[in-house]
Parts: sequence; structure tokens; C-alpha cells
Amino acid sequence: MGIYLDNAATTMQKPASVIEAVAAAMGHMGNSGRGAYGEALDASRIIYGTRERISELVGLGNPKQVAFTCNSTEALNTAILGLFGPGDHVISTVMEHNSVLRPLYRLEKAGMEVSFCPCDAKGRLRTELLSGLVKENTKALVCTHASNLTGNANDLTALGAFCKERELLFVVDASQTAGVLPIDMKAMNIDVLCFTGHKSLYGPQGTGGICVREGLSIRPLKSGGSGVHTYLKEHPAEMPTALEAGTLNGHGIAGLHAALEFIRDTGAETIHRHEIKLLKRFYQGVREIPSVKVYGDLDTDYRAAVLALNIGDYDSSEVSDELSYRYGISTRPGAHCAPLMHEAMGTVDQGMVRFSFSWFNTEEEVDTAIRAVRELAEE
Amino acid sequence: MRKKEWKLIVTFHTTADAIAFEKSCKESNKDGRMIPVPRELSAGCGLAWCAVPEVKEELERFSAEKGLSYEEMTELFY
Repeated sequence: MGIYLDNAATTMQKPASVIEAVAAAMGHMGNSGRGAYGEALDASRIIYGTRERISELVGLGNPKQVAFTCNSTEALNTAILGLFGPGDHVISTVMEHNSVLRPLYRLEKAGMEVSFCPCDAKGRLRTELLSGLVKENTKALVCTHASNLTGNANDLTALGAFCKERELLFVVDASQTAGVLPIDMKAMNIDVLCFTGHKSLYGPQGTGGICVREGLSIRPLKSGGSGVHTYLKEHPAEMPTALEAGTLNGHGIAGLHAALEFIRDTGAETIHRHEIKLLKRFYQGVREIPSVKVYGDLDTDYRAAVLALNIGDYDSSEVSDELSYRYGISTRPGAHCAPLMHEAMGTVDQGMVRFSFSWFNTEEEVDTAIRAVRELAEE
Repeated sequence: MRKKEWKLIVTFHTTADAIAFEKSCKESNKDGRMIPVPRELSAGCGLAWCAVPEVKEELERFSAEKGLSYEEMTELFY
């Protein structure tokens, strides 16, 4: 087997307990909320248990405020399209993924205003400029916890305080951080937190969710079957049903349940420490190679285990292909669905080669990757 | 890094088109493989089919025959 270093796209290697939980669920799970018989109750119970674990993990304080989606993109679309509209102004950042940018652009076309906070040469958010972006009609700050390209993380406590002071909603994309970096929605004043299950949470693809602060109402993207209030013409307004129409991915959520158990038992801090140890080892190994340029701020541990680099002027696609074809090392080249970040770093034409590490990677794998980068750079 | 040489690069509008193209090529024993799309050809993300330049006409005919969709076939020093 090759060396998988594209964990920022999805953590390909999963705990065995997650795989077993999905397979087991496929053997006994009915449809949650569609009956009071054993199989349907099995589904309802495990899904509720997953809401409890998510709520606990992110300091939400109410499992009923966790609605499941199929990924972060659906959660972010729900938040952005369901909270804002024409006449509003929203602040976001150049660090965002297209899952934030494209819903914002869609609303911009319909008459909403958007401003983007820039970053510095190392890709760090220039938070000192945020105040200057606030206008009378500003409704919110929509911001990633960590860049999927540089791995740089934002200080959610400071950003949350900024939003609270100016009475702005604070919407956070935790795609790269849920499960590894601490998140406390209450303490950080986060109104909406969007997460995906298949990256740093080590769950199955097709799982994710939106955590909504109590008292905040979001217009749903979808309406349909809910298992309750069948004769109402409108989808029920109560959370979490309000944001969940149709059958949930119960089998996937059973896997996410097991993944959350794995994170709790292993310890998010322990997982993060391991990933950062590998990241730093890799950074130390490649930083001095002539012609290798590393992006992002590697001087802090408060970050995602992601490192993007380039070798000379080589096309990032070509480098990534060499790593895959000759060394069996899986990385992600190109634009990473982060157009503003590449514009800010001046890498639109070249792209970057992104290496991202997980709990399941080893120091030996990192050393092999370092050797490969060195050989490619020296050839 | 490897020595550059002339290659035929086929780009696609969607991942589904790329995989359909690869499937047909493999079924018909056409030489080539999937690579990340060269930045020179696309600023976005995605896959491309890479083969030797000599098979361009053959692949064009093959695509038409099989109804395979692609964006462009480009010869590139890559």
C-alpha cells in the first residue's frame, strides 16, 4: 500500500471500530423516527447518541441543536443561504473554501454585499483589519477555523469576542479542525458551527452537520419527510428536524458515532499532538532543501496538520504525479477549492502540493516523503 | 523531477467524464493513465488522461465512436 498524505481531503484510514459500526448498522438499523419497533428505534437511539457526542465535543450544550447533513458543504449552504439575503452585508476571509465562497457569491448576485478580510504573507488572517470592514448592515462573520491549504488556524475566541461586541452572527467552518482542535461554541460565542464527519473526525464520507446556538432560527434548504406532523404543509420548525428533511444517513452516522468514541477514548489532544509531530518532522526535513518553498505559518502548534509546498517553478500537478507514480505517495496538487488563498499567496498558476497528516501516519512514512521531495528537487 | 517529453493530455469538464473515458480506454486496452490536470491547461482541480502524442487521432475517433465527452486533447511538453 502507498503512503496516504491527503488527509485534509479525507482521512482515508479509519479506525476499525468505525468500519465495524457501519457494517453492523447495515445489518440491523431501520429508519430513524419512522416507527416504534426495534429496528427504527435502534437507528433513532444511535443517531441521538451521536448528536450528544457532537454537542459535547463542541460545547454546544444541547444535542437537539445538532442537525445532520451529508457534509460541511451542505451545512455551510444551509447556514449561509438560510441566514442572509439581499440587503445584508457579510464579512468573510480569503482563507475560505469554495463551500463558503460559492454560497456567498450566489447571494452576492442576488443583492447581498460581501467583504473579505485579507491575510499576510504567511497566510495568517489580518484580524486588525476586521473592524474596518464592519458596516451598518453587517450581519455576520463567516470564517474557517483552519485553512485547508496552509493549515493556519484562526483564533476563534478572539473572533467570537469581536462578533459579540459588534452584535454579529459568528458562523464557523470547522471542516479541518473538528476532533483535533478545541472548540467550545458557548465560550467562543459561535452561533453556527459546520463540520464534516470524514476528515479530522475519522468518520464515514456522507456525514456532517450543523450545530446551531439555541434561539437562532435558520431557514431550511430542504423540506420533506420528517416522521412527525405529517399533515402540516410546512416542514416542522423544531430542531433538529427543522434542518433534516428525508431519511438521514443512519449507517454513516453509526460510523460517526464510533469515530467520536475513538476520538474521546484516544483524546483529541493526543491525536493533534501526533499529527503535529509528523507535520513538524516533515517541515524540518523539507525546509532546507534548495528550491523548496513552504507556505503558511509553521511556527505554531495551533494549526491543522497540513503543509503546502512547491519545488522551484514546477507545476504542482507534475510534482504530485511524480510523488504518486514513482513513490506511491498521495498528495493534492492544484487549487484545493481555495481560490482566494491561492490569489493571496501568488500561486494561481503553479498551484501547491499539499501534504496532510493523520493519526494513522507514521514517522517512517514522513521520512519517505522527505526523501522523495529531496530527490525530486535535486534531479 | 522527470525529464519533460511531449505528451497527449485529454482534459474533461467533470470527474464523471474522466472516469467514463478511462473505463472505455481500459476496456479497449488503450495505453495511458490518469494524472492530475497540468496547471498550464486548467486553473481548476481535476483529472486528465495522459498518453503518447501519436495516438491523438486514434483517441479522437475512439471518443466519437464510444460517445465519450472530453474538453480538449492537447499536445504538451510535460
